[in-house]
Parts: sequence; C-alpha cells; structure tokens
Amino acid sequence: MSASTNSDGLPRWATLALLPAINLGAALVVSSLVILAIGQDPLSALAFMVKGAVGSGTGLSYTLYYATSLIFTGLAVAIANHAGLFNIGGEGQAYVGGLGTGLVCLALSGWPWYTVLPVAVLAGALFGAVWGLIPGYLQAYRGSHIVITTIMFNFLASALMVYLLGGPLIEHGQMAPESREFAESTFLPAVKEIAAGLGYRTSTLPLNLSLLLALLCAAGVWFLIWHTRWGFQMRTVGANEAAARYAGINARTTIVVAMAISGALAGLVGINELQGVQHRITLNFQAGMGFTGIAVALMGRGHPVGIVLSSLLFGALYQGGAELSFEYNEISPRLVVVIQGVVILFSGALEHMFRPALVRLLKPKAAASAAGQRA
Amino acid sequence: MDDTALWIVSLLASTVRLATPLVLASLAGFYSERAGVVDIGLEGKMLTGAFAAAATAAVTGSPWAGLAAAIAASLLLALVHGFACITHRGDQVVAGVAINTIAAGLTAVLANAWFDLGGRTPSLDGGQRFLGLHFPLAEAVRGVPLLGRFYGEVIGGQNLLVYLAVLAVPATSWVAYRTRFGLRLRAVGENPAAVDTAGISVPWLRYRAVLITGLLCGVAGAYLSIAQGAGFQENMTAGKGYLALAALILGKWRPYPTLAGCLLFAATDALQARLQGVALPVVGAVPVQIIEVLPYILTVLLLAGFVGKSIPPKAAGQAYVKDR
Repeated sequence: MSASTNSDGLPRWATLALLPAINLGAALVVSSLVILAIGQDPLSALAFMVKGAVGSGTGLSYTLYYATSLIFTGLAVAIANHAGLFNIGGEGQAYVGGLGTGLVCLALSGWPWYTVLPVAVLAGALFGAVWGLIPGYLQAYRGSHIVITTIMFNFLASALMVYLLGGPLIEHGQMAPESREFAESTFLPAVKEIAAGLGYRTSTLPLNLSLLLALLCAAGVWFLIWHTRWGFQMRTVGANEAAARYAGINARTTIVVAMAISGALAGLVGINELQGVQHRITLNFQAGMGFTGIAVALMGRGHPVGIVLSSLLFGALYQGGAELSFEYNEISPRLVVVIQGVVILFSGALEHMFRPALVRLLKPKAAASAAGQRA
Repeated sequence: MDDTALWIVSLLASTVRLATPLVLASLAGFYSERAGVVDIGLEGKMLTGAFAAAATAAVTGSPWAGLAAAIAASLLLALVHGFACITHRGDQVVAGVAINTIAAGLTAVLANAWFDLGGRTPSLDGGQRFLGLHFPLAEAVRGVPLLGRFYGEVIGGQNLLVYLAVLAVPATSWVAYRTRFGLRLRAVGENPAAVDTAGISVPWLRYRAVLITGLLCGVAGAYLSIAQGAGFQENMTAGKGYLALAALILGKWRPYPTLAGCLLFAATDALQARLQGVALPVVGAVPVQIIEVLPYILTVLLLAGFVGKSIPPKAAGQAYVKDR
C-alpha cells in the first residue's frame, strides 16, 4: 500500500474524491451482480438498503453505532499504514482491548459512568496497545513479518477470550460464555438518555456517547500524523525506512510506537460495544469490525476525514444489509462482507489499475507530451 | 495395553485426516511464494473451493463434478490474485485479504440464497462424497496387534484425496528441485531480474505458479466439504489457510519440512480434541485452548528467530517492474 502522493500529476480532488467514488461504484456493480445471481432486483434491494440505513431514526442510530466502531478500527489500520505497516490484527486488538474495558467496568461497580469512562478508555487502549505492540516489536527488532504475526495474534486473542469467558470470567451458574452484567451506573449514556435529558422520548437505541470519543480520536490522529514530530517520523519510515534511518530517525522505535497507537485505537471498540451496548463481556463482540477497518482505511485513503466518511458508509451498509436480510429472506446480511472485499480489492490491490488510467484521462496534454519525451 | 494401542491408532488416523487439507494448502502456498507472490489468500480459495464442491456435488450427485467445480472456482480467485499482483503490480498482501473477504462473504451469500439452509449446503450422502477406500486384506490382518489396525485405519481406509495429498509432497519436491520449471520457479522468487535477463517471462512464470496454487487450494477445499465433511458450512475453513501458511513458514518454504509442520499442527489438533478435560500427569488438566494455540505461538517464535530462523524467498512480496 503506497501513501497517496500526487507525484504522477493526479489532481488532489481526484485522489480524495474521484478514486474512492470509482471504487465504490465498482463495489456496487459487483454486489448488484451478486444480487442478480441470486435472482433479486438489485435496484430495489439497494433502495431498500439505503432506506433501512438512513430512512428512520432507528436505522440512522444503528448506522452511527456501527460507524463508531469502524472509526476506531479504520484509524488503527490507517495509522499503522502511515508507518508502512499492514496491521491485520485490528480484530484481535479490539477483542483484547475490550477485555481491558470490560474488566474495568466489572471492577468499578457502583462508580458513576463519567468516572469509569476515563479508566475504561485507558484500560482498553492499554490492552489493545500491548496486543499491537508485541507484533510491532517482533517486526522492528526480530525481523518477523507483521502480517503473519498479527494474524497469529488474532487467533491467540480469540483463544484467550474463549478460555476466559468459558471459565474465569463466566457468570456464576450460567451456561453462555459471557461475563456478568456491569453495574448499571457504569453504562455509557445512550441516545435514549441523552434525548430524555433534552426532553425527547425514544426507544432504546445502541448509539451512545462513544461516537464523540471516536470523532475525538479522528481529530487526534489527524493532529498526530500531520502536525507532530512523531507523525512526521512515522510517515517518513512508511515512505522509505532506509532514508528515515539515514535522516537519523529511530525507525525501530517508530514502528513499535505506531503499532502501539494502532492497537490502542482498535482497543477502544469495546467502549462502544461493551460499555456502550452489551454491558457485559461477550464472545466475539467485535464481530469482524477489525477486518472491516481495513476496507474503511483503504477507502478513506488513510485520512481521518475520509475514514469518518467511509465508516459512515460501511455503517450504513451493515445496517442496510441487516434490514435487507429481514425483508428478503434470500439475501444474507453477509452481502456487506462481499462489498467490503470488493472495496479492498479495487481500492487496495488494484489501485495501480485505475490510477494511471485516471491520470491519462484527466491530463491528456501532459500525458501526451510526457509520452513524446519518452519516445 | 490394547486400549493404549487403540488410542494411538485413532490419534494417528485422525492426524492424517486433519493434516490433509493443511498439506494441500501449504503446498499450494509453496508454489506461489517460491515464485515471489505472497499468498495470504489460501484461506479464501480453500473456502470457495469447499463451497463450490459441496454445492455441485449436492446438485449433480457426483463428487468428481464437485472436485472439478472446486478447482475451477479456486482457479478463478487465483487468476484475480495474479491479475492484481502480477499484471497490475498491486500489493500482494492486500490482494490476499481482499480474496479472503470476498470468499467469506460470497460463499455465505450464495449458500444462503441457493439452498436456504442458513448458510449451509444440503448434507451429502455416501455417493456424493469421496469415501474411505478399503485396502486389500485390511479385515484379514485386523487381528495382528497394533500393525493390523494401523494398516487398516491409518495407511488404508482413507479417502482418495488423502492419498493425493500424500503424493503431492514428493511430486512437488520433484517439480521444484528436479525440473527446469522448478528451477525457474525458485529463481523467479529470488531474483526475477536474472530470470528476465535469461529471456524467460517473469509474469507468465508467476501466473503458472499462482494457478498451481489455485488448483491445490481447490482440492483442499473439496476435501473439507465432500471428503472429510459432508457439506459446506459458513467459514468452514476456520483459519486452516493461515495455519497452512504457518506450516510453510515453519518448513522454511521447503516441501518435506512443510509436511512435517502440517503433521505437527494436525497432531496438536487431534490431541487437543482428545484432551478436553483430561487430567495430565504433572501439570493436571490443561485448558484445551493452550494446546490449540501451540501452532500459532510456535509460528510467532519461529518468525522472530527464537526457534531457528525462517527466511522467505528474497523477492517475495515485491512486484517485478521490468524497465528499471
């Protein structure tokens, strides 16, 4: 994955808006073909999805709730990517981070949520950071490949949680592998309570305060990457590790720090899912959000604004897809996974296919003269 | 004593059955990675193969049609991988992740739509599957202590694809180290520029490697759904593709050591299933998860150079740019 430079003369707006739009278009075409293949009408299915995602207060609330988790994991993938690292371990980091958050919520029974939240955020970030930092350390100092190590750490996280939720953390006398419920005082305020405070009545909705935390993180990542020395070091290491070393940057430390921050961001998924909604530690609560973060980061082109926007898009796809599968029995909610895969393919692996074509299309003269010089 | 013997025979038989998909998939990875194309997408190709095999076998009633469909579907994904990584010089890891994601989604969506069984395919009966082959004299020598059962249940009694996997190991070794194609394949993974200079097409060589990968992944997938299992279930590969990749790394990208890695992982898996809740001497009852994660921990330690050193093909992960 290369950083989005404009050295080939592609205008900035094309990189930031047109390329993602083309990728999205390609993903929509492919998913339409899939819907056609199972004998349904793609247009009405897509219309239903859009309606399900943003057509009602409930739908919108779910869309934003999914988007919240995706902002965390999307930022996590992006920040590692800026340092030249492909972190496939967001899933495991989110899982273990959630363990940290959950343990704090279990331990601080009776504390009001606003005092629990900072501790839970710290614990989630810390647990996630450790799960990201170890692969980072092994890459920087032992030369092992970050991709393989993070995949292995996903499996390790999964086994760890199955063990903990099946034994030490299981609710006494229950069969389901879950912890006991957190004390009600520790629950993050959801839309319902916030709306009630403002004088509105709503049903119980999953959207909660952690959306604000996610947006804060997005702003923080933007500041870190483009306005601090650390961010500069990360981008330099990502662009060219050897050059970074010659320039006196400690590339190893930078890699470890980038992976720690990446893991910490993914680790915050538990704030939304556990402290916000489930109110207990559950099996597989992160449910693919870590993997979807890869598509989110690629589509958002590594920029926090793009990541927030593509999180909204994927949040809408999750919610719309769920609604769609209620309406059409034949369409599985896993359709969103196909769309996600196609987005990764087109905006990640095939970026060299669209980009040169766009460059030629948008700059006919420059391309022609460049071709003339080459000949 | 007879109980112990029985236990060992059943453990070995189960190890062979569990090792087969790993062997096929890791040999698949061998071809691609030795040619310089990193393949995280073994998992997705296997899963797609498993679905195609089960769906086709359920509809046509023929396991051979199922096997052919599995290979065709897996080859198609291999071509996508090649198109992205070889033709368009895309990031190989990202392409692999894309293939895994598409496969996970598409198989679930299609299974749900076509069979309406909540993401499964119909259960297959004996005629639609590859069943265990009965070896000659297996019944006659059954009474011979240990060896009789070993002959009947470990060496014999397996299905056709198991023997195919067993043959694939020496075949791969021969192709890679004794043929011109194999020499070029290994060269293109170490130094594609040298291969190019010799007048051999780097893309065509890599495409052939990636296609062999697709073929073997298809067989591995078919094994899961129509030989070992009797139908497709959502995400039925459950990380076996990644485990196969780990075995390849553990085997330092060589066929026989990779086979050893697969057998080791399969044995831990077989053992894990048999040690649920059993108290061991000295350590007592061990959580099964600890045995389950041994392959992953071993891979991490190995990659980090704590247990030997595993060095990938030099050009793995890099797209080849001709004019430089």
